[in-house]
This record gives sequence, C-alpha cells and structure tokens, in this order.
Amino acid sequence: MKIIYPLLFILIACFFLGPMFLAFVASITPASEFYDYSHIFPSRLTFEHINKLLFTLGGFRALIVSIEVALISIGISFALGIPAGYAIARYTFRGKDGVKLAMLFTRSLPLIVVAVSLVTVYMRLNLTDTALGVALAHAAMILPFVVIFTSSIFSSTFIEYEEAGMVFGLTRFGAFLRISLPLALPGLAASAIYGFIMSWNETFAASILSIQNRTLPAHILATAMASPDYFKYAMATVMAIPALIFIFIIRKYLISIWGISLK
Amino acid sequence: MAKVVSQDVKKYFGEIRALDGVSIEIEDGAFVVLLGPSGCGKTTFMRCISGLEELTDGKIYFDDKEVGRLQPKDRNVAMVFQSYAVWPHMKVRENIAYPLKLKRFSKEEIEQKVKWAADLLNISELLSRYPSQLSGGQRQRVAVARAIVHRPEVLLMDEPLSNLDALLRVKMRSELKKLHEQLKVTTIYVTHDQVEAMTMGDKIAVMNGGRIIQYGTPEEIYKKPATAFVAGFIGSPQMNFFKCDVVEENGQQYAKFEHIRFKIPSRINNRSVIVGIRPEDVSLELRKDRDSIGLEATVYFIERLMPETILHLDVGNAKSRITAKLPNDLVLPEGKKIEVFVSTESLHFFDAETEERIL
Amino acid sequence: MTQIHVKKQFIPWLLLAPSLIYLIVFMGLPIIGTAQLAFQSDEGWLGNFKMITSTKDFQNAVLNTLLLAAICIPIQLALSIFLAILVNKKFKGYQTLLYIIASPLALSDITAALISYSIFASNGYLNRILLSINWIERPIYFFGYMFKSREMLVIIITEIWRATPLVFVMILAGLQSINKEYLEAAEVFGFNSWQRLWKITLPLLKPAILSSLLIRTLFAFQLFGVVWLLAGRDITVLTGETYYWYVFMNNKNVASAYALIIAVLTFVVGWFYIRTIRSRYEEEGA
Ligand SMILES: Nc1ncnc2c1ncn2[C@@H]1O[C@H](COP(=O)(O)OP(=O)(O)O)[C@@H](O)[C@H]1O
Ligand SMILES: [Mg+2]
Repeated sequence: MKIIYPLLFILIACFFLGPMFLAFVASITPASEFYDYSHIFPSRLTFEHINKLLFTLGGFRALIVSIEVALISIGISFALGIPAGYAIARYTFRGKDGVKLAMLFTRSLPLIVVAVSLVTVYMRLNLTDTALGVALAHAAMILPFVVIFTSSIFSSTFIEYEEAGMVFGLTRFGAFLRISLPLALPGLAASAIYGFIMSWNETFAASILSIQNRTLPAHILATAMASPDYFKYAMATVMAIPALIFIFIIRKYLISIWGISLK
Repeated sequence: MAKVVSQDVKKYFGEIRALDGVSIEIEDGAFVVLLGPSGCGKTTFMRCISGLEELTDGKIYFDDKEVGRLQPKDRNVAMVFQSYAVWPHMKVRENIAYPLKLKRFSKEEIEQKVKWAADLLNISELLSRYPSQLSGGQRQRVAVARAIVHRPEVLLMDEPLSNLDALLRVKMRSELKKLHEQLKVTTIYVTHDQVEAMTMGDKIAVMNGGRIIQYGTPEEIYKKPATAFVAGFIGSPQMNFFKCDVVEENGQQYAKFEHIRFKIPSRINNRSVIVGIRPEDVSLELRKDRDSIGLEATVYFIERLMPETILHLDVGNAKSRITAKLPNDLVLPEGKKIEVFVSTESLHFFDAETEERIL
Repeated sequence: MTQIHVKKQFIPWLLLAPSLIYLIVFMGLPIIGTAQLAFQSDEGWLGNFKMITSTKDFQNAVLNTLLLAAICIPIQLALSIFLAILVNKKFKGYQTLLYIIASPLALSDITAALISYSIFASNGYLNRILLSINWIERPIYFFGYMFKSREMLVIIITEIWRATPLVFVMILAGLQSINKEYLEAAEVFGFNSWQRLWKITLPLLKPAILSSLLIRTLFAFQLFGVVWLLAGRDITVLTGETYYWYVFMNNKNVASAYALIIAVLTFVVGWFYIRTIRSRYEEEGA
C-alpha cells in the first residue's frame, strides 16, 4: 500500500513533465540526428537551433517585443486595477456585486472576439503593428484578473491593520500606502507575474494586431509550420522556459489565483 | 485625557440601524464598560468614537471640542483591536514607536517612551521580534503598549481579552485595571462578558438594539436594573420572570401569577407587570424579620457547583421553571416537593408592555 | 449629512471608474464593432452568416468544437478529481506533485502544440520508441490531411495534457475549502472511503466542479493554437476560421461573423457561469 504513492507520483510526474523534457531535448538535438531512428536520445547536444532562432530568425526581436508588451500591459492593468480592487474590497456601495460579476465575466471573454474590430480602430489611431497596441489589448485581458485578485488580497486580513494605522495617526491613503501595500506586496507581485504569463502566452490578438512587430507567440504562429522541426522545438523551449520559471516562483499562489474564480 | 460626550449618535448601514441614538457622557479619566449582546452595536459605537465610521447623525465631543466629523488621525484616540491588529511587517519596537513617529516625536523621546511602555507591560525582551514570533497574550500586550504609548486622550478597547484563554483573561483583567489606575486615561472597554464588566468598569453602559439602555455603576445596574432586558442580561443564572396581572384586595395591590400573589410595596397604576426574582434571592428558610412569600416547588434538577448549589424548580400549575442559587452545598432528590421563600423587598417590578422598571 | 452620503458613494466609483472605462473602451465597444463588421456585407445584413452557415467548414467547426469539448472535458474532470483527491491526501512530497501537475499552466497553447508535435511527429519520440522496440516497421503518421482522425486524437491528448491542470487547481481549491471534520464525522459514523467520496466529498465539491466545468466550456470555444498548429484547417474550429478569414482571406467581415458567434456562445455559457456563482454567493450569505 505504501508503495502506491511513490508509484503514482512518478507516473503523474512523467505524464506532465515528460513531454516538456522531451521537447527540450529535441530542441538541443543536432539537426543531423533528426531522421536517424537508430537511437531515441541524441548522441550529443547543441544550442545551435535556439541560437539561430533567436539571433538569425528574428526570435530575439520578437522576444523583446513580447517583454515590452507584457510590461506595458501589466503597468496599465495594475495602475487601473489596484484602485478598483481596493474599492471592491474596502467599500460597501450599491452595485458592488454587479461590478464583481462583470469583472468575472469579462475575465472569461477571449480577445478573439475583439481583435479584428480593434484593428479597424487601431488603423485610425496609428496603433497597428505597435507594441503599445498589442499591450492595450492585453491589458484589457489582464485587468479583470488584477481587479478580482487584488480585491481578494485587500479584503482578506488587512482591514484591521489598516484601521489600526488610521487610529494611530495615518490618513486613509497613508494607511493604504504604509500598511496595506507592503503587506499585499507579495500577492501583488505574484499577480504581476501571472499577468506577465498571460500576456506572454497570448497568441491570437497578438497575431491579428501586428505584422512586423510580432510578439514571440505571434512570430511562432506565423512561422512554425514552415520551419524545420528543430526550430519548432527551439521555439517551444524559448517560450516555455521563462513561463515555467515564473510559474515556479508564484507556485504558492496558484491555488488562490484560480481558487478565487469560485468566489 | 478628556471627557467624552456622545449626543444622539446614529449610524445606519442601509436599512440596518446599528446605532439608533446613543447618548452618553463619560467622565474624564473614567473606565467605562460597554456591555451588551452580540450585534447590539458596541463595535460600531467604538468605531464611531475613533472615527473609523462616519456618523449618520449626532455629535461626539472630547471635552468641549466636537470631533464627530474629524478623521481618526486628528482625534488623538488609541484603540486595542479584538484581533490586536499588531502590524505583521513591523517588529514589536516599530509597532509601538509608529504612533509616536506619526505624531512627530523626536528620536530620543520615541526611544524613551517605547522603553517606558514596554517596561510597563513587561515586553522589553520582545522588542526586536516580529509579531509572528509572539504568543496571543504577548501580542495583546504589544497592542496595549502601542495604544498607550502616545498618551491618547481616549483609549478604546474592543473585546481585547476575548481571544485569550480563561486563565490569562483573568490575569489581564486585573492588569488592565491597574494600568488604568496608573495612567488615568479615559477608557472605553467593550465586552459581552458580564463578569468582565462587573469587575472592571467604574461604570457600565448596557446596550441593546443600538441604544444604551442603562448607564450606571455595576452596583446600580445589578440592584436597580432599568429594564427587564438589563435585569435578565446581568446576573448568572438569569433572573426569574413572572408575567402577572395586578389585582387589589383590601386596599393592597398584588401581582398575581396563577395562585401566587406577590405583594406590591407601593401603589402603581399598571394593569399587568413582570415580576423579577434573582436566583440568589430565593432561599430555603423563611426569615421572620422580613415580609416574605412562600412558593410551593418541585425539584426538577440540581447543579452542585461546590460550594454553591443551583436548584431548578417547577412552580405553579403550568410548571414554570425557576432557578434558585443557594450559597451552600445541598443534596435534594429530584421530584421532592419543597417550599422556597422570597422576601418582598428583593422583588423587581417591570411594566409588562414597556418592560421598564416600576419599582 | 447628505454630503457625507454622496461622498461615500462617490469614492468607490471614482476608484472603479478607470477600470470600468478601460474595459468598456477595449472590450465593450470593440464587441459592438465586431457585431457591426459581422453584419456588413453586400448580400444584406445577414449575408456573412448566410454564407458561413452554408459552408461545410462552418458545420465542421461547430461539430469539431463540440466534439472536442464533449470528449476532453469529462476526461479532464475525472482526471482532475482523481489528482486533486490524491494531492489532498498530503502524503510526503504532495506539494511537489502539486507544482508538477500545475506546471503546464505556464504554457501557451502554441507551446503545448509544439511540445506535442515533438512526440507525435513522424520522427518524434513515440515513433522512435516504437521503432526501437520493433513494434512497428515504419513510422506512424499522425499529421496530414489523410489522417484527420489521428490528428483529432493527438489534439485531444494534447488538450487533456495542457488543460487538465487548470481544472485540477480549481477542484483542489474547492477540496481544500471543505471542512475536514465533515469527512472525519463520516468516518466516525462508519462510511468506507468509497462512500465518503460519493456521499460527502463529491456533493460538497459540486460548486467547484460546476464552475470548473463552465470555465472549461468557455475555454473550449477559445481553442486555437493547438488545433491550428497541429492540424491547420484539416480540423476546423471557430477560432481557427476567424483567424483564417482575417489573415488568409483578408475578409474582416466574415472573420467578425465567426468572432461574433464565439462571443455569443461565450455570453450564453458565461451567463450560466455567473448564475451559479451568484447562487453560491446567496447560499454562503444565508
Ligand atoms: N459594515 C457594516 N455593514 C453592514 N452592517 C454592519 C456593518 N457593521 C456592523 N453592522 C451591523 O450593525 C450591527 C451592530 O454590529 P456591531 O457593532 O459589530 O455589534 P457588536 O460589536 O455589539 O457585536 C449588527 O447588526 C451588524 O450586522
Ligand atoms: Mg463587536
């Protein structure tokens, strides 16, 4: 009976991690061994494909655009979303439930339904094919998440801490700044990272809204199927590794990030 | 230190009338306990005094200054929260020093005052710890130290002992009281525990349904409860109540419950009354020197608390249950018929409709 | 007095306003824009929809989307419940297992597709392994127009691999919010572990299951990268058609018509989702 847990552990770990590992190995397998069926794993490893993808095939530029887009969209969604999340957590007002539900609802709306019509607006505003344009759309995707998540952070335990601050001489804003914000910081950082991943991974709108200044996933979507196999896997590696690192950093928050969609 | 006056303070949350006209005058330096059942508005009143809630209506004065519309930070109050609210991201020292820093004391003064408060509360060794490294009792001390360190005009405490275990609670009760005697800061202390209220308060304000029902010394509240509610809320076990009609025989008024007739000591105009008898005023012996009434009773159940005894008795045809609290240990078989006595002067009379005290 | 009242109501809305305005500008209005584009055609206002619905591609897209949802979601759910209960047993190393299961949450749909391709490609690991143990003589082809059902199979496996973690995390969150004492009480009263699962855990988990089901259904309409990269238009789905009509056919009206259909489906399922959440609010409030 005792042996069953380790066994299950290994089985499950192989199912979820195995494919990532294999794709990673494939991305560092020499091109010459791709059609050599005599062995499963390569005889030597090379970073040639990843290098080429990044520095010859425009991957690096796309990566920079991706980061740019993610940072701008996090900036926007946080600047707008934190006050909103705070308002939902701290004030009672008519229509609060409606606002919450609207946020939950917009969170489940895919950018697919707005991307094409955004293009027509962007053309008029000269935003087509800019990082800012994609970031504006991504911010709309991240914002509801930020509002919902920050409201759950601020409503949890910090009310009395903040009120204590006010009684002992802080203004409401001062108490927010000195007490709540430092306490909420780890949670906010986690949601920023999650927002980053959301933007980093978004493919559809990024593909529709850009032509030259593509984000990494848009670049991959456009070029992957016409590329040799080893570039496909190099793309997977370049996309996956940063996101996996980030998810690992915020692992403690994953349950609350997705758990709140229940509340 | 200041006199605190609340004039007809109202606080509504939408339809809920958390405070429905609270008026009270608290003397400078007094230790006043707000006592009442859960949900009666104690916390809300406290928060109105501190400024954390905006008043719906009414006025609050500290001495002669109206503070009802001021921000909390401009009121010079301090508060000990029920959950202590000791800031988890600051060390104990910073927690205590922070109110001083906000009030712009100099570095030396801050250091000196923090030391004074820490010594007073016996937490000097804890100053460089984080709150997560403290026990509940220690955290509570830190919360108190933080509250008194800047010598506030008014100190508010919202059920500060409710999260402590029973032994520590008894200990802190006397310590807080001693602390108040040293500091003489006007203190408003919220609790729903009547023992705490009785032992700590110079005066007690009994609240119910968003109003103050009675304000007086513990003795007044116990001996002359203003309403049947106060009478029932204070004292353990609860006061026994009989709903009676007033009858008159030979010029003497009686409150009649089934065949039992309680003599009414002076003339009243009410048609029906509630008669209240404290369990501790019921005795097994008839005292000849007092005007008493005897009640036929059947022993239903007996609690031997050592040395006291609480008798649960059935009286009258309808088997109304009453309790009697006797100072000595006693064994009586269940079902035994006995006679108990109550002196007329220990009876409480309340109007049956308004439940207000008549006599 | 009235002034205070006004101020109180005013502040939260002031704080909310930027977010609400932003979402109206970048979500609300563009959806109206999508509708405008969708109803714009030379053959009357329903022209695009008439054209779409008459094509085999559309019918297939609807069928495929439904088929994928109908196959993937029950499997994901069952697997997630199993995994969540397992992880919640809190055996040694359960924390690590949690993170391992959650790790595909980090991947975008296209990354998942590429990873899957590394296994199922003709020169992928599956073929290599099968060849090396002499189960097969020639590589099996999973991709290409002739192998639609195999493509479907790969997509299903990929989706299960990629999206089970999301359901898992939601179910686990629900599981962790169940008071342990309910289960202990059941144990004291002599329920065996099977009865505990059916009579206590699953009924209490119902809200979490319901929400995760609806969320998954919502995401099913958004399925894009995996299908597009692995099967192209061999297997059509609604999002893929949107992309195809916009990028390859340069027809934003037809693309918008597809997008609008997705939006309407999302609204319908989202409405159910919101309703279950709201009824939970009321239950908890009571
Ligand atoms: N922020 C609030 N919103 C709505 N109702 C509240 C709020 N705070 C308190 N109340 C209500 O006001 C009443 C008094 O609450 P409170 O002052 O906390 O009572 P106590 O401290 O005596 O237990 C209760 O009925 C409570 O539900
Ligand atoms: Mg309270």
